[in-house]
Amino acid sequence: MKYEYQDVEPERYEFTEPPRYRFSLSRRAFVQSVGAGILITGFVDLSAFGQQRGDDDNGARAIGGRFHIDKNGRVTAFTGKVEVGQGSRTQLTQAAAEELNVPVSQIDLVMADTSLVPNDGGTYGSQTTPRTVPLMRQAAAAARELLIELACSGWNAPVDGASMTDGTITHSTGKKITLAELASSGDAVTKAFREGSTEGAELSVPADWTVLGKTAAPVNGRNVVTGAHQYTSDIKRPGMLYGKVLRAPAYNAELVDVDSNAAEAIEGVVVVRDGSFVACAAPTSAQAHKGITALASSAKWTTKPHPSSDELHDYLKQNVREGTGRQRSREQVSGDVDAALAASKNVVRAEYRIPYIQHAPMEPRAAVAEFEGDSLTVWTGTQRPFDVRGEVAEALGIPESKVRLIVPDTGGGFGGKHSGDAAVEGARIAQSAKRPVAVHWTREEEFTWAYFRPAGVVEIEAALDDAGKVVAWDFTNYNSGGSGIDCPYAFTNVRTRFRNCDSPLRQGSYRALASTFNNFAREAFIDQLAAKAGADPVAFRLQYLEEPRLKAVLEAAAQKFEFAAKRSAPAANTGYGIACGTEKGSFVATAAEVAIDPAEKSYTITRVCVAFECGAIHNPQNLQAQVEGGVVMGLGAVLHEEMKFKDGKILNPRFKDYEVPRFVDVPPIETVVVNRPDLPSVGAGETPIIGIAPAVANALAQATGKSLVELPARLPVIR
Amino acid sequence: METVVFTLNRESKSVTTDPGRTLLEVLREDLDSTGAKYGCGEGSCRSCVVLMDGRPVTTCQTPIAKANGKEIITIEGIAEGEKLHPVQEAFIAEGAMQCGYCVPGMVLTAVALLQANPKPTAAQINEFMNGNICRCCNYPNIVRAIERAAGQGAAK
Repeated sequence: MKYEYQDVEPERYEFTEPPRYRFSLSRRAFVQSVGAGILITGFVDLSAFGQQRGDDDNGARAIGGRFHIDKNGRVTAFTGKVEVGQGSRTQLTQAAAEELNVPVSQIDLVMADTSLVPNDGGTYGSQTTPRTVPLMRQAAAAARELLIELACSGWNAPVDGASMTDGTITHSTGKKITLAELASSGDAVTKAFREGSTEGAELSVPADWTVLGKTAAPVNGRNVVTGAHQYTSDIKRPGMLYGKVLRAPAYNAELVDVDSNAAEAIEGVVVVRDGSFVACAAPTSAQAHKGITALASSAKWTTKPHPSSDELHDYLKQNVREGTGRQRSREQVSGDVDAALAASKNVVRAEYRIPYIQHAPMEPRAAVAEFEGDSLTVWTGTQRPFDVRGEVAEALGIPESKVRLIVPDTGGGFGGKHSGDAAVEGARIAQSAKRPVAVHWTREEEFTWAYFRPAGVVEIEAALDDAGKVVAWDFTNYNSGGSGIDCPYAFTNVRTRFRNCDSPLRQGSYRALASTFNNFAREAFIDQLAAKAGADPVAFRLQYLEEPRLKAVLEAAAQKFEFAAKRSAPAANTGYGIACGTEKGSFVATAAEVAIDPAEKSYTITRVCVAFECGAIHNPQNLQAQVEGGVVMGLGAVLHEEMKFKDGKILNPRFKDYEVPRFVDVPPIETVVVNRPDLPSVGAGETPIIGIAPAVANALAQATGKSLVELPARLPVIR
Repeated sequence: METVVFTLNRESKSVTTDPGRTLLEVLREDLDSTGAKYGCGEGSCRSCVVLMDGRPVTTCQTPIAKANGKEIITIEGIAEGEKLHPVQEAFIAEGAMQCGYCVPGMVLTAVALLQANPKPTAAQINEFMNGNICRCCNYPNIVRAIERAAGQGAAK
């Protein structure tokens, strides 16, 4: 059985754009790298471990695929997941420590090195908590049982009466042995781990947790605060060159001709050309910059018309396509929506719009590529290590087995690092330059040539009967995606449609994906319906919500915020809004207070309460950081974030022109995390982002008397 | 080519290079000091901050020639041996890091803040730190960390 996540809804998480590069180099003439004498050590020496791991099925099913214990008793754990700031390194280390009964400080976690770790799938969709943590715990529990058995068989003692605490196995007979002593006595541990199954051992229960469920300081924290941690962009290899890629002046532009003589005349600069891929490399980034500037000045391009951001939303609606596979246009219907709408005298309609926005991780895309003979090692920050290994192999026409891909803990992802652009570019340049090559994207490249959170249009139409009861719900999303499109309210006569559109910009995954939009539109519209029905926003929601966990967070946020009292007696020029939502099995409700200036030209968010529930909590401090970080990132889309483009050019590809949340934008946030140790743990990195935009929109609607239908939210409300 | 002499984390350095290069590039590419990060190249995010004669500067906007004769402290030089600076300790204690990429710039800017104002209010912290971007948006924990460090007398 292949070790895959078949049952994760892939349409939401995959990056479906076609590969950017199709190199034309002769597959036979593959370079014999001069780097053959360079020893590739990576960060971890492969020979240090008892068995070759990798993504073979056995690697994940045997304890040895997850754990190794050295003669000093240090435990090395392995996972294919990556750390991009969501806290997985600490969380997975906690999970291993909890079940192994060794201290967190005795465990080193190797993440996302394709030559060493099992393929745990990509790091997306909030899957680490519900999928990978249980696998790690299961393997750790099995390892603990096996270690106890080994110790007892050495003592000729029964397993009953033996236990392991803080990395030491003790027996009621008074015998004891440390992991270091056990691992030093021959190769019994390595052998047993190689054969022992990860399945079947008994797991701890949350009530007994001593490591999970407690705040753990970030295990890599010291390296982060001292600057010792090496991100991909910090890695330097012997003889390494800095590579730069010639970028088109506009989307849809095609290279006609380029003269490389001037660039090649610059000291140290080598030029690589493969079809329309043109790049250079040099011993310093300043020299490489000179080289690429020279290439750009001689390059001739054809251009084609490209829609501008001003006409974007009309363009999307006019360019609906069937689409294919997971991105196809589709609809779900229950009841007779058209008849119910036609029969009602109280029909409410609205159209919502959002722009493309950028993930803008602090570390732009980067890669280092190094050949040793025909084997390639690539370090890069991506959320899909095994898939990007495949992407690199395919682009270069070399076997996947010859590519080792390593993902150092990375400077941000947010769904934006699913692709392997820099990895492919670095590998292709290294192949010709015959030296290790680093490719570090600039901020402008990241803003222009990465991919975007999709823009979109949502149309909603709903009908109320004479008693104010919702009798029809018709929801259509253009382009932005199907995530979070299902209505959590128990309405009758419901139609939800997703329309695939021709997207002018390259688009892909994002933190919580399209639910950032679907939940915004739905929850803003629910307030319009509640107003039409003459009902309180919280009471109206509770009337139709069926999921008790969603109701619970809504009530928790409303109570903490004192929503009923505030909303019914608003201060001057102030509004109070609330919204809720669910994604990926977790639940959020967010309440916001906004103050507008009397001329209704600007506003300030003055207070936020957020309630969140994701089952049994693993690490309270990190959970709170994820919830608050999600709220503030969501504020960016409310306040500022919007890609502007015209004639195929991004007009605001820099932080001076594309504003992201800063310190002064952050309102006081009161966070309620609901712990449910009786329920399985699910992820928390995404869902908290979906409540803030509609909460602010609903607060602005109260303050201004006008419904807000666009993000970013600007005053005065004109549509 | 021009020769520039300065101290880097209390060690004397002499670099002969194209004076058009930035201090950030020279630190990272020539001196193997990668604690300062590239984030924007325009001085808008302060990922690249170091302390130059005690003041936070954006090294992506600093031509290498301007470092001549200066005393430069990067994130690698803020601890005293194994003993972390109180601001570093506070960032770990408050979980004031997610991806961590902004942290070197945050810590050094906070150190400069506390030197100038040992007991800042939350509003003063926000104002002083506002040039530093944390895209993980971990601002609440960063403010808590700076308040914790201030409470422990981080300013020396």
